[in-house]
Formats: sequence, structure tokens, C-alpha cells
Amino acid sequence: MPPSSSQPLRKRRVVVTGVGAVSPLGVGARPLHDRWVAGESGIVDGVGRASEYEPANHLTVKEARRFDRSAQFIVVAADEALRQAGWLTDAGTDLPYDSLRVGCVIATGIGGIGTMESQHDVMRQRGADRISPLGVPMYMPNAAAAAVSMRYGLQGTSYGLVSACASGGHAVGMALRTIQYGDADAMVTGGTEAVLTEFGFGSFQTMGALASDGISRPFDLRRDGFVMGEGGAALVLEEMESAIARGATILGELAGFGSTADAHHLTAPEPTGRPAAAAISQALVDAGITPAEVSYVNAHGTSTQLNDAAETNALKLALGEHAYRIPVSSTKSAIGHLLGAAGAIEAVATVLALREGMLGPTLNLEVPDPELDLDYIPLTARPLVPVNGGPPAALSNSFAFGGHNVSLLIAGAPEPT
Amino acid sequence: MTVITKEQVQARVTEALSSFGPDADQITLEATFEELDIDSLDLVELAQIVEDDYGVVLKGEDMKDLTTVGEAVDLIVARASA
Repeated sequence: MPPSSSQPLRKRRVVVTGVGAVSPLGVGARPLHDRWVAGESGIVDGVGRASEYEPANHLTVKEARRFDRSAQFIVVAADEALRQAGWLTDAGTDLPYDSLRVGCVIATGIGGIGTMESQHDVMRQRGADRISPLGVPMYMPNAAAAAVSMRYGLQGTSYGLVSACASGGHAVGMALRTIQYGDADAMVTGGTEAVLTEFGFGSFQTMGALASDGISRPFDLRRDGFVMGEGGAALVLEEMESAIARGATILGELAGFGSTADAHHLTAPEPTGRPAAAAISQALVDAGITPAEVSYVNAHGTSTQLNDAAETNALKLALGEHAYRIPVSSTKSAIGHLLGAAGAIEAVATVLALREGMLGPTLNLEVPDPELDLDYIPLTARPLVPVNGGPPAALSNSFAFGGHNVSLLIAGAPEPT
Repeated sequence: MTVITKEQVQARVTEALSSFGPDADQITLEATFEELDIDSLDLVELAQIVEDDYGVVLKGEDMKDLTTVGEAVDLIVARASA
């Protein structure tokens, strides 16, 4: 397959200097990695709820009132990421770059659906003139991006991004592009989702997308749907030379982004995996990495019949014989499907996997599917085995309803030159 | 007809504003909305509460010149008594 038609360009390199997360495994990127690697699941009674998140521990009354739960997740995750990057202290935000050169792209699948539902109830019960004036600014899908931009005074390009379950991957990828092409020197990016409402469950249930027994078991023969999760994840990205010059601690490199569309079906993936494979190949080309140099794949791995089969096909098409060697696992086995936040939180998980040298397992993968014959890291975490001598490289995939495909190439921190 | 006192209105306005963020002890009649970090969106929400409780309809035009809590209380009392 032709990897990509894009011509080589002299692109700036981009590193990750901060990560943050709110997830069913707790508040923080650390518990996301540590607990997943320990084989813990954040899914309780078939739901991946961010149950350890308490708004009052992180936000003022005014902030909690003005942010939908989805925007709350992203600002808490972004606070963590900016603190790690050294951009935020108890004294406030201190951007290391001109604020007009720092932007944000924040993904969501749906936006502030909890607020929309509650205000819709208000309208039905008390009339349209009782809808809160805070309704629109809380449920608009760009509310999370607006919250991040305002909170830290980011005045570069700032927008929300929507592509269902690929939104988070797209956001991270577009933030990468923005720095690569010189439109910003740093970006705060990520994704957030809070859809665990009666309407949200009902909507995904009737389309037959959810696991019948509430267990996320990607790549298992018995898989029959995903488990809904909620949370948010943020990454601070900086142009590499600038980050090195300011002495930042570099967690990893965001080296490549690829994106295609299936143009096939609203919800079912294109079964051969060709368009998805093209996205993976684009990410590799963007990063200047060959399949032989890939040490890990963080799969989209939703635990649906169709995704896990199509993704396996895509990996084989894009990686060739190397697909059989490279360990693959699904974070969704431990936290469920965070929809528009999934690609971002899985990017965070991948950064930490490479940095810590431990690959989280695919939980609940007990009965292999004979049709799916890659190494899916069943049940137990495993040390990363770098194959390329340099910083290890990994792919993180996101595929979506609507046929959107994204692949990110994430590498370990560049070695000092 | 029940007479609405300034004290009643002040108590209700203070309760509403404190639910928006500022501490109740900051909310004096002299306090400005700017000091309390209360913006135009909050004031629309306050107007909805006032209409529910006192039947007083406050439009954006009525609210735009309000700068202090006391001015809002006085306006509500005046409209409720009219």
C-alpha cells in the first residue's frame, strides 16, 4: 500500500512536557498508568465512571457551576499537565511562550450533554424563558476548549474538535500539526467526555453498541460491545528545540499523525481495514519511522466484534509481518470507552507506557478469537522491549462512528544530541 | 397583598448570589457585581429567580446599569411595590 502521498517537509519536532487525566482509574495520569499496569479495572457494574472525581476538591463554586462535567474533567486534567510542564504553580499560570503562540485544541464527542438534558427538562417543566443563560456556554461542544483557553490565557488558535470516538486522536494530531508547521510554539490539547446520563446510555444501548454483560473484553472471542466510560485527558505539547532550551522535562515525542475516512457506513468500520491502515501508514511516514521500529500499539480496541476485527486487519496491512511481533493492548479494557476523550487519554497512556517501560494489558481477554492472531497482551502487563535502539516508538489508534480514522506515532523522549 | 420588605429581598438576593460563587459575607449592599465576579449571565439568572419569587420582570435593559447589590435590591423592591 502506498504509505502517503505527502511530500517530505521540514517540519518542526514536537515533544510532550505534561500529561494529565481524570478517568475511571482515578484523578491523575499516574493512577491511570499504575492501576492499569497492575491489572485493575475502573469499570464497576458495567460503567466506567470517574467515581473518584469530586468537583469540590478541584474547582471553586463558580467554576463548578459554570462548567459542565465534561469541561470540569478537562480543566482538572489540564491543571495537572500544566503543573507537570512547569507552566502552572500555586502562584498561577506562567507561560514560557508568548501567549499568542500558545493555543489549544480540545476534543469531545458530544459536549455538555448533561447540561443540555437538564436545561431541556427545565424548558419542558417551566417554559423556554426559564432556560439558564449559562446553558449554551456550558453545553456548546467548544466549551471545554474555551475553558482551557480562558483558564490559562492561551491566545493562539483555540477550538473544539468533533469526530466521535476519534475526536481525541484528531485533537492531539491537529495540535501536533499546528506546532509542526509553525503556527504555534506550544499547544494544550486533549479530550473530554461526560455522557453517562440516562439519555446517553439509552442512545448507545438501542444502537446495539454496548457489551451485553458490561464487560470490556477487546479481541476476546466473546466480545459483543463496548463499555461506556467518562473522563478527560490533557497533554502539553511544545516545539522540541524551545522545550530543550527552557530546560523542560521531556516525557516523550509526538512524532506522527495520520488521518483518513472509511466513507463506508455510519457506524460499521470498513471491514478490510484499508482506510484505517492508510492512517497508520501516514503516521509512520510523518514520524519517519518504519514498521520495523515500532515497539507497541495502543489499540482502539473497543471490544466490539467489528472494530477489533477491522483494526487487526488494518495493523496487518500497515505493519506487514511486524504486526505479528508488536504487542498490542487496549486501555478500554480497564476504563471503558471514553468516546471523544478516548484518543487523548490513550495518547497519555501511551506516553507513560513508553516512559515507564511497562505495557498495560488487555484485561478480560481470556478466550482468544482464532480470527484475531496478533499479540494482544492478555490479562497481564509486560515490560516494553524496544526494538530500535533509539527511543521506543508506539502507535495509538482511534476509529469512530462516521468512519473517522486517526493514528498517532508517539516516541520516547529524544536522546540528547 | 403581602408587603415585600427590603430585608426579605436582600436576603433572597444574597442567597441567590452566594449560590453563584461569592461568599455570603462578601455580599453587602455596597458590594459591586464586579468585586463579586458576578457577570451579565449571572444577573440574567438572578432575574429569573426574582421573577419566580416576586413576579417582577427584569429585562436586560433594566439590569445593564446596576453596579451594586444594593441597587439591584432597591430596583426589585420598587418594582414589587409598584
